[in-house]
Amino acid sequence: MAHIELPQWQIDKVKSLAKDIAEDIQTFIDKKSSVSVERTILRLYGVDGALEDGTPIPNKIVELLDNIENGVSRPFAAAMLKTRQNPQTTAEKIIKGEIEFGGLQGFHPDLIKNTEILLSRAAVKRLDMAKVLKEIKKGAWKLPPQPWRYIIVASGNIYEDRIQAKSAAQAGADMIAVIRSTAQSLLDYVPYGATTEGYGGTYATQENFKIMREALDEVSQKEGRYIRLVNYSSGLCMAEIAACAALEDLDVLLNDSMYGILFRDINMQRTFIDQYFSRLICARAGILINTGEDNYLTTSDAMEKAYTVTASDLINEATAKRAGLTDDLLGLGHAFEIDPKIENAFLYELAHAQLARELFPNAPLKYMPPTKYKSTDIFFSHCLDTMFNLASVTTKQGIHLTGLLTEAIHTPLMQDRYQSLSSVNYVFNIARNLGDEIEFKKGGIIETRAKEVLDEADKCLEEVKEIGLMESIARGRFADIKRPIEGGKGLDGVFEKGKNYSNPIMEALK
Amino acid sequence: MKPYGDTLDDGIVQLAFTLPVEYSEKAKKAAEMYVSKLNFEDISVVHTKKVADGFTYFVVYGKAIPDLDYSTVKVSEIKTKYMTFYEINEIIESKIGRKLSAVGATIGTDAHTVGIDAIMNMKGYHGDYGLERYPGFETYNMGAQVSVDDLLIKAQLVSADAILVSQTVTQKNAHIKNFSRFMQIVNNSKLRNNFIILAGGARVTNDLAIKLGYDAGFGPGTLPSHAASFIITKILEGKDENKTQS
Repeated sequence: MAHIELPQWQIDKVKSLAKDIAEDIQTFIDKKSSVSVERTILRLYGVDGALEDGTPIPNKIVELLDNIENGVSRPFAAAMLKTRQNPQTTAEKIIKGEIEFGGLQGFHPDLIKNTEILLSRAAVKRLDMAKVLKEIKKGAWKLPPQPWRYIIVASGNIYEDRIQAKSAAQAGADMIAVIRSTAQSLLDYVPYGATTEGYGGTYATQENFKIMREALDEVSQKEGRYIRLVNYSSGLCMAEIAACAALEDLDVLLNDSMYGILFRDINMQRTFIDQYFSRLICARAGILINTGEDNYLTTSDAMEKAYTVTASDLINEATAKRAGLTDDLLGLGHAFEIDPKIENAFLYELAHAQLARELFPNAPLKYMPPTKYKSTDIFFSHCLDTMFNLASVTTKQGIHLTGLLTEAIHTPLMQDRYQSLSSVNYVFNIARNLGDEIEFKKGGIIETRAKEVLDEADKCLEEVKEIGLMESIARGRFADIKRPIEGGKGLDGVFEKGKNYSNPIMEALK
Repeated sequence: MKPYGDTLDDGIVQLAFTLPVEYSEKAKKAAEMYVSKLNFEDISVVHTKKVADGFTYFVVYGKAIPDLDYSTVKVSEIKTKYMTFYEINEIIESKIGRKLSAVGATIGTDAHTVGIDAIMNMKGYHGDYGLERYPGFETYNMGAQVSVDDLLIKAQLVSADAILVSQTVTQKNAHIKNFSRFMQIVNNSKLRNNFIILAGGARVTNDLAIKLGYDAGFGPGTLPSHAASFIITKILEGKDENKTQS
């Protein structure tokens, strides 16, 4: 079987360095919360809907809190004791000003605590049910073999997306992402309801999730394969999106703080805090997460900075495990982005892909196609993708984003997806067991390259551990982009937890 | 002149498209008839494939009927002589005598920085260094999804000599709308003469850029030194007179 013998001591070392880095971040996270974490609690308690001006009710309730340092859970439990009605009605009454909202309102703290526990138990049960349902579907429809063929639709109109998604599934896609409307990651709220206008993608809303999941259930039935739905828990509403996704039985979420910090300029404190809660939710609801390391290679060179992908994958694995995600839920990202003019570029790609496989043997790695060197010569681009397909099946990647020949020209046409999936289907079929048959030459180009990248990742992690992850990002160690600790969007939504802070859902999920 | 397949003036063109009809013999005939309406002859529908319920994909060859007198073709080519990294630095130092400032961004909702990064970042593109690497350039790459206002404000703040506007991926011709909006704001602010303004991206041609009021347009395959050559040539041509002395 394709295998590169890496020194076990070094694997243990890099894993332990990553674990230390994750611990360090966790110490920081534990002291703080954010407005979006608080809104997530409300959503999981059962608060939904929006006001006439579009403001979601969870946002409004959190805004109404005079003092947020002890969180929203206690005052909301107090309000429920007052109304003795369900969370949604209680929230509406708070907004209408029909009941007081803020303090404990004279109820005994034990009674409040008890109410919070009941609410959080009900919330966790809903997450558990989401996981059960996924298990049932996997049992009934079966998961196809890896690499899973992953494809993106993005029309802006959820009803149009439904048609595109079904056609992609019929052409062979196993996982479908509805790409989000551009810059949704910068909205500090989750839009409400079904949407038919978006730019460069379709808004992630709970209703849109539901519409799409229903469409994919229909096509799964028809195709006899479980077609999984992907969306994005990133940006300023990581945890809220994770909650909405769990409630609508989504299967996969892009979930990576590092991506948000570097490529969307989200404040790093905010996003590390939000990420932790979102990952706890994903772990409980059985949602697979994808990370975005592949993006580093769109700004940095894929040979010079391959190690940053490896280092970041290791850190993402460690922080994910800290939130209870198991190996089978870790779609750690990497990519096929080496300059095709380099001699033996394909060998280096194999080295990088096999290195990821060796370091994370049980994770469904997310492998991204070439984008940087895609040419507007669509025929050449198709050749590039074909070699990517071969690297993927040979090194047994988990989640395979199908490359498109018209990348860098337009959002894919229906025929582009068909063309792309034809190449994937062809290569996966003719080379299905190639990886089982070959061995990489000892001391050869591939093994040497893999070891070199591991050495560099090792050094990088030592340095990150030394100065801390936040400082490393601030110094531009990842993707050659510098982001200051106090910079970026969303810092104003971060707060230090007060003495009486309470988030019973987080306690239950830890 | 006609398209060339394997014999002069055979006019052979290959087409690929999807029709919103279910796969059938009738669909195939419809594809042939449609291509004939496009004014092709000797049409052969070589590939027909169902790509989804109610959608069929075709690959078609046909012979084009019209011909074109090549001597009547007029195009606004960028007339700048392209120089190397070293020649450009030398000219900035000896003839311009100050650092040039360039601001770049991908505007609108386009999230792709591939184009602007290739031109501006240290690394550059295809072995050609990016503007950031030039000692004679002070560069500000604002990344993607930058609003037209922010880009113009930044350009004023740093007294930019050149503004590089990029649009990579487009949907329903959004790149043209975005390029136009930026130029409109520049014109409304009466700042057009303050900057050399370049448009770049996968769908950009010099013709399009000129039509939209830009100084030049750079399409696929552009190297950073091409953009730099254009900027310094423009400055030497006297566009610099409008700038306050730095």
